[in-house]
Amino acid sequence: MQRIGVFICWCGSNIGGVVDVPAVAREAAKFHGVVYSAEYKYMCSEPGQEMIVSAIKEHRLTGVVVASCSPALHEITFRKNIARAGLNPYMLEMANIREQCSWVHQHEPEKATKKAIDLVRRAVAKAGKLEPLFESTIPVTKKALIIGGGIAGIQAALDIADAGNEVVIIEREPTIGGKMVLLDKTFPTLDCSACISTPKMVSAAQHPNIKIYTYAEVEEVKGYIGNFSVVVKQKARSVNSKCTGCGTCWAKCPTKNIPNEFDLGMSMRKAIYIPFPQAVPNRPVIDRERCRQFVKGKCGVCKKFCPTDAIDYEQGDEFVTENVGAILVATGYDLIDWAKIYGEYGYGKYPDVITGLHFERMVNASGPTGGKIVRPSDGEQPKTVVFVKCVGSRDEAKAREYCSRACCMYTAKHAHQVLEKIPGSQVVIFYIDVRCAGKAYEEFYLKTLHEGAIYTRGRVSKIYPEGNRLIVKGADTLLGRPVEVVADMVVLATAMIPAEGSADVARTVGFTVDKDGFFQEAHPKLRPVETNTGGVFLAGACQGPKDIPDTVAQASGAAAKIIGLLSHSEIAGEPTIARVNEAMCSGCLACREICPYRAIEPKEIVERLPGKQVTRVVASVNSGLCQGCGACTVACRPGALNLKGFTNEQLLSEVDALCL
Amino acid sequence: MMQQPIVIDDRKSDLSKEVLLHSAQDSSLCFQCGKCTAGCPVAFAMDLTPNQIMRMVQLGLIDDVLNSQTIRLCAYCSTCSVRCPRNIAVADVMDSLRIMAAERNIPGTDRSRKVNIFNQAFLDTLNMFGRSHEVLAMLLFNLRSYQPFHNAKLGLKMFNNGKIKLKPDRVKAVNEVKEIFQRINRLRKGA
Amino acid sequence: MKVAYYPGCSYETSGKDYETSAKFVCNKLGIDLIEIPDWSCCGSTAAHSTDHLLAVSLAARNLALVEKMGFDTVTASCSACYQRLALAQTELAQDKKLLEQVNEITGYDYKAAVKVNSILEIIACVDEESIKAKFTRSMENFRIAPYYGCLLVRPAKIKIDDPENPTIMDRVLQTTGARVVDWSHKTECCGASLSVSNNDIVTALVSRIIKAANVADANCIVTACALCHLNLDYYQSFVTQTKGALKEMPVFYFPQILGLAMGFSKKDMGVEYNITDTSELVKKVV
Repeated sequence: MQRIGVFICWCGSNIGGVVDVPAVAREAAKFHGVVYSAEYKYMCSEPGQEMIVSAIKEHRLTGVVVASCSPALHEITFRKNIARAGLNPYMLEMANIREQCSWVHQHEPEKATKKAIDLVRRAVAKAGKLEPLFESTIPVTKKALIIGGGIAGIQAALDIADAGNEVVIIEREPTIGGKMVLLDKTFPTLDCSACISTPKMVSAAQHPNIKIYTYAEVEEVKGYIGNFSVVVKQKARSVNSKCTGCGTCWAKCPTKNIPNEFDLGMSMRKAIYIPFPQAVPNRPVIDRERCRQFVKGKCGVCKKFCPTDAIDYEQGDEFVTENVGAILVATGYDLIDWAKIYGEYGYGKYPDVITGLHFERMVNASGPTGGKIVRPSDGEQPKTVVFVKCVGSRDEAKAREYCSRACCMYTAKHAHQVLEKIPGSQVVIFYIDVRCAGKAYEEFYLKTLHEGAIYTRGRVSKIYPEGNRLIVKGADTLLGRPVEVVADMVVLATAMIPAEGSADVARTVGFTVDKDGFFQEAHPKLRPVETNTGGVFLAGACQGPKDIPDTVAQASGAAAKIIGLLSHSEIAGEPTIARVNEAMCSGCLACREICPYRAIEPKEIVERLPGKQVTRVVASVNSGLCQGCGACTVACRPGALNLKGFTNEQLLSEVDALCL
Repeated sequence: MMQQPIVIDDRKSDLSKEVLLHSAQDSSLCFQCGKCTAGCPVAFAMDLTPNQIMRMVQLGLIDDVLNSQTIRLCAYCSTCSVRCPRNIAVADVMDSLRIMAAERNIPGTDRSRKVNIFNQAFLDTLNMFGRSHEVLAMLLFNLRSYQPFHNAKLGLKMFNNGKIKLKPDRVKAVNEVKEIFQRINRLRKGA
Repeated sequence: MKVAYYPGCSYETSGKDYETSAKFVCNKLGIDLIEIPDWSCCGSTAAHSTDHLLAVSLAARNLALVEKMGFDTVTASCSACYQRLALAQTELAQDKKLLEQVNEITGYDYKAAVKVNSILEIIACVDEESIKAKFTRSMENFRIAPYYGCLLVRPAKIKIDDPENPTIMDRVLQTTGARVVDWSHKTECCGASLSVSNNDIVTALVSRIIKAANVADANCIVTACALCHLNLDYYQSFVTQTKGALKEMPVFYFPQILGLAMGFSKKDMGVEYNITDTSELVKKVV
């Protein structure tokens, strides 16, 4: 027989201002199994907690009901609290009479009080069925795997490796560096992007604890927090480890004029190439779709000239298994393909309408124009440059609803660069808002204003050519008048979207994405670098649009979380996971299909029946993978699966308490 | 009012430079927060709000700006100037715009025309006597604005209180004041 | 103490009572106001709206006369005159080229070393005890809304006190025993420069100020400017009489309040030559 204590919280006037708390406490005292019922101003406060501890001891309570705020807020507080009094922490049940009662019914105090009593009755009924639960332990492999070798991945890798852990980086491109190495100068300090990111690339490559796979992808992920097994697909590079990066091969390669992805097609590369001179590793890759050796079956020039015999046409994809304790996903972003969406801006027909990233390459001294800002159509220096912000962002009708967060600042920087590099030039920036919420950002924007950039509040409606120039039709909503700019070049600040293939990464690793396809953090405020899957962490623009400072900060934050996880040799597992009653399990494995965490595996058991031994298959729950979602318990026809802490019996007793 | 598109092309306007020269105020700093308009006591009677004027100066819309009534309705109370987060003395910008309008002999319309007529009447009495003459300035204003009995009630009340003096108060060295007017006139014509 | 004094063109007309009451009070406080010989108009709004150089030159002639008198400080009762003289002085002191040009225009050799103070600042400099020693009447029945207007507190380079909540006049008035109310429209513009050309605008501005004084439960408004005085005194009739909801606010100059407290007669202080009736309130002290 349970001896239940009920503790009703006023939460100041949050609950007490609406619900008649003393009346609830009086009613609760009458419920079956309740031996003690009390109320207090703030149950979560020190005296409130003390009150619970002494009541447990005094009244020899076996279960506790706290009626207060959401369990999301204070369940852990009260679990620890009753554990101090010697109770199993899972002998607690909470009734949410704040968020689900007093806050939503503040104009109906009487009904709210009645509902609070019902909610407490429900909690008491469940408390009567609670069983002590015990946490399990899981061993931890002290090694982390990072998917994505951009600035987020590199920063996190260095942090984790510096703490003494092994790190594996998987990068899809032939070099690490990500988007940051493409950029020219970074706002608001105007320091050179490559100058600050390439040393980090080199540090990562030379770090004794870091192993880098480039031109590689994650093929398969198995296991759970502390114990992941990841199959890495090393795509065939056609160049083996004997390569010294001397450059003879790409100098001799006869296949020219392949648009270089690194320069967004504004420069050309060979069929064997490194993306840019500071690439890490400094080892080329053969583009098998364009290489004559592969397309036509004859050429062999690179192989002939290679001084170290590093060219290997026969090389195939390789699969390597890495066992790690944690996974960090840092797959970054891509820019939205505006040319498919915005007919009013010409569907990409006009060569002098470019994106911000094109501008970055162009203004970069090591870029395709050697740092000169020129019109792609005729190579002439533009005099009037128009910048259009929010192309694809803040446009739920055509593209994305969200703000891409970095564009206001890089556009201000671009404006500054035009005005600085082209004497007598004119810059018009069309904006909806100017968002500069970062340290020294507003100051940078104001500096650009001072330099003469004409900020015009309004969205551009149409861009069309007239002669060899472009007419940009916008508005000045502050004056309430249409605006027409005769421009030489238009730069679009296009929306950041999740990197291509990121949905596959989410599926392979096993975590959720948000409505826009960005990776879903466990809690937007309190757990921003974790996913809902234990041991899988997030950093950078894959979680949502971000600039470099925020990306690096988040990467270091995620690294700290991973270092924390890897600092344990074993960790506690949540006890509120599914349990199979093998005697009742029919082995249909419907549960396995429905489990989002791939936590259910078939298992063979041997049963002794009178006179014979029978071997049959039953479901088995991997306690490391199970996240306690309960989906399997619903799918299980014989009712063999139960979620500990939320068993069928417990839930039905709650239903009875509410409905009967 | 017709809302013709604002055309931004290669013919860059020097309006904001001219304003800078006149008032030492850099209008490009304005980020259109609108605090000037929000605090302007006369904004309700203006055809363009102060922040719109600032915006038009940035865009070089010289005709719109100099023909607006706003520039002369501004009472130079300077509330905008002391509250501007960008430290722009907006009232000084207005001052320079009315000067620019005067230089171009833009008479103004409606309300602004009246302000202009009164200012001119005031300066005429000043030029005549070395000191301004309230009654004469008001009479000149009434005649030139075709409203002979304007403010007659006020005049009568002031007369009854002994606050109207018909005889002008003349500076002995009135020529010195006249000289100031003439030298400046010559300077402007020479320039 | 001797100070050069600039009366301004309204000294015998609209600003007459300001001028006479200020002179009486200064005399009593031992401040000698020495009129600038053959002063001329400061140019006012009309000049600075028409030609910057004209505005500075008209003011500079008077500043040069002060220098010639051998005085280092000049004061003006009218706030508009104060602002024009003070602005010209700041510019001339900061800009040598401008000073040279202006000297050429005025024909004077001004060195730009004259300090411009409003009469309010001059009187506020006298220590409280010395002022109080001169008082014979208590002004306790006055609930004053002190009105500074724009010209004394804006723009920043010539302000005599905080532009949003000045207190210099409050302090002076409080010495008389009068209650000075805290109110919202101390420095809201009355539209003085538009009072002839666009008086409907002025009516709107004045009505807001009168309403605020009503809300603050004042029984009079006290100003330090002849233009503000005329506007508030005259244009309030359009709101207090037609709408009826607002109480009439007699308008005084601050030296009038000091003078009445010092025992001067109603006539000397000129408190009876207003458009809005002052007699009810004045009766309580005289």
